[in-house]
Amino acid sequence: MIRFSQVSKRYPNGHEALRRISFTLERQHMAFLVGHSGAGKSTLLKLITLVERSTHGQIVVNSRNLVKLPHRQIPYFRREVGVIFQDHKLLHDRTVFDNVALPLVVSGVGHRETGRRVRAALDKVGLLGKERLYPITLSGGEQQRVGIARAVVNRPPLLLADEPTGNLDAQLSDEIMDLFHQFNQYGVTVIIATHERRHIQRLNKPVLELKDGRLVHDGASIG
Amino acid sequence: MRAYLLRHAQVLLSSIGQLARMPGSTLMSVGVIGITLALPGLLYLLVANAERVSSEWHGGTHVSLFLRAGVTAEQAQSLATALVDRADVNQVRIVSSEQALAEFKELSGFGDALDALPANPLPTLLVIIPEPRYEQPELLEQLLVELRSLTAVELAQLDMEWVQRFHVILKLIRRALIVLSVLLALAVLLIVSNTIRLAILNRREEIEIIRLIGGTDRFIRRPFLYNGMLQGLLGAWMAIVLIALCVHLLRPPIQVLANLYGSAFRVAGLSLPESLIIVAIGVGLGWLASRWSVGRHLRAMQPT
Ligand SMILES: Nc1ncnc2c1ncn2[C@@H]1O[C@H](COP(=O)(O)OP(=O)(O)O)[C@@H](O)[C@H]1O
Ligand SMILES: [Mg+2]
Repeated sequence: MIRFSQVSKRYPNGHEALRRISFTLERQHMAFLVGHSGAGKSTLLKLITLVERSTHGQIVVNSRNLVKLPHRQIPYFRREVGVIFQDHKLLHDRTVFDNVALPLVVSGVGHRETGRRVRAALDKVGLLGKERLYPITLSGGEQQRVGIARAVVNRPPLLLADEPTGNLDAQLSDEIMDLFHQFNQYGVTVIIATHERRHIQRLNKPVLELKDGRLVHDGASIG
Repeated sequence: MRAYLLRHAQVLLSSIGQLARMPGSTLMSVGVIGITLALPGLLYLLVANAERVSSEWHGGTHVSLFLRAGVTAEQAQSLATALVDRADVNQVRIVSSEQALAEFKELSGFGDALDALPANPLPTLLVIIPEPRYEQPELLEQLLVELRSLTAVELAQLDMEWVQRFHVILKLIRRALIVLSVLLALAVLLIVSNTIRLAILNRREEIEIIRLIGGTDRFIRRPFLYNGMLQGLLGAWMAIVLIALCVHLLRPPIQVLANLYGSAFRVAGLSLPESLIIVAIGVGLGWLASRWSVGRHLRAMQPT
């Protein structure tokens, strides 16, 4: 599903955020991406969604060579990847329903189909009754669930989460992690960046560990 | 197809919402577009009306044909008859040298002094009034050249300089109208693109999110294009109202003036096609400005 070969990322200011990263994550697998703050976790996820471009090496995601992907193709590629952000990135002037519907609206899905899929996604994250509310009226955990519903509403084969539980207490963050685990059991490939070791021990999934931009532990690649 | 139209209708609604959310800058830009479009519109009406007025002004134009000293009254008469037969001549009036002298005596007040002259010094004059449809500068010039070549003619003079001057002035105003229109169109482009810029900055976060979840630039652009076109539409509508108001205010005094000159002239306002052209220009400029503005800002927001 994801294959990094000798990938480096140097930011325009000269900072080398990732150095010669190589790993493979098989289809339908799940892995944790860990490391100290500033280790390069967000940068790695941004390379997968093409928010940033690698400065060296090859990245293949979902059988697409990202280095060669033309600019015009980026939006269509992103529809195959669901992303969850620590700060949710919800639209505060739209209802929960409209927020979750956005990826479908963007890809031109019909009205009725949109309604059906949005409700299915909200049902999965346990927010079915709240579709008419505005995000601001929801708790942090609920807002993150809206973000998750939005990420999965398109049924992407790959799900990326960048510290999705960063601002939540232990119980809420366990619930969110269980949700990701569930999606993985449905067959979605999942990468979760976190610095909470607790989740790793709880879910017992392979770990990719970054330290100062280098991959110091690779529990995901086979062989 | 239905889904496509529905989607566009939704975008249209949301861009109306966008405009309504920034009523200050929207009103401002619609007002400025209105005034900016109304200016060349009014100037255009001025030229169009002036052209209609000047087309009523035949009768003013005539050729004075002074005959040579030796030409007799009979020769003058037969020349006049021959000239009337020309397609471009409507009427020929003969002013004999005697008549001319009498008229001159009366008008000048030199009666006694002129009586003392041994012979009548004035030539016979033919006043030629051209056919109205030949009253165009080039055709009149042609007539004049042909008249000058006649042996009996001493001097041919076209009395239309003021008409010509009037036409030159109208031509000048037309030229100025084009230059002014281009400048004002640029002004409209700047105004709309600035309002669009503010709208984009207002929704910067939303644009970034839409990009992250796979929205194409075309999708992001769409509501802003509608926004720009709506501004142009409202501005054009305002310009049409402003012009109608001006015509309404100016019509009575001009009517009074026309009546004084015995003319049936009536100030014309914008016709429906002319109004539609203003609307098309407004919408077109709005589209162009927003297209340009969004393109520029989306590129600046790269990479995300
Ligand atoms: N846009 C950027 N420009 C320059 N340096 C950046 C940029 N984004 C991140 N960095 C730097 O790259 C390193 C890795 O950042 P990041 O990937 O956000 O780490 P993490 O998510 O693991 O905390 C940090 O030192 C950070 O300061
Ligand atoms: Mg980070």
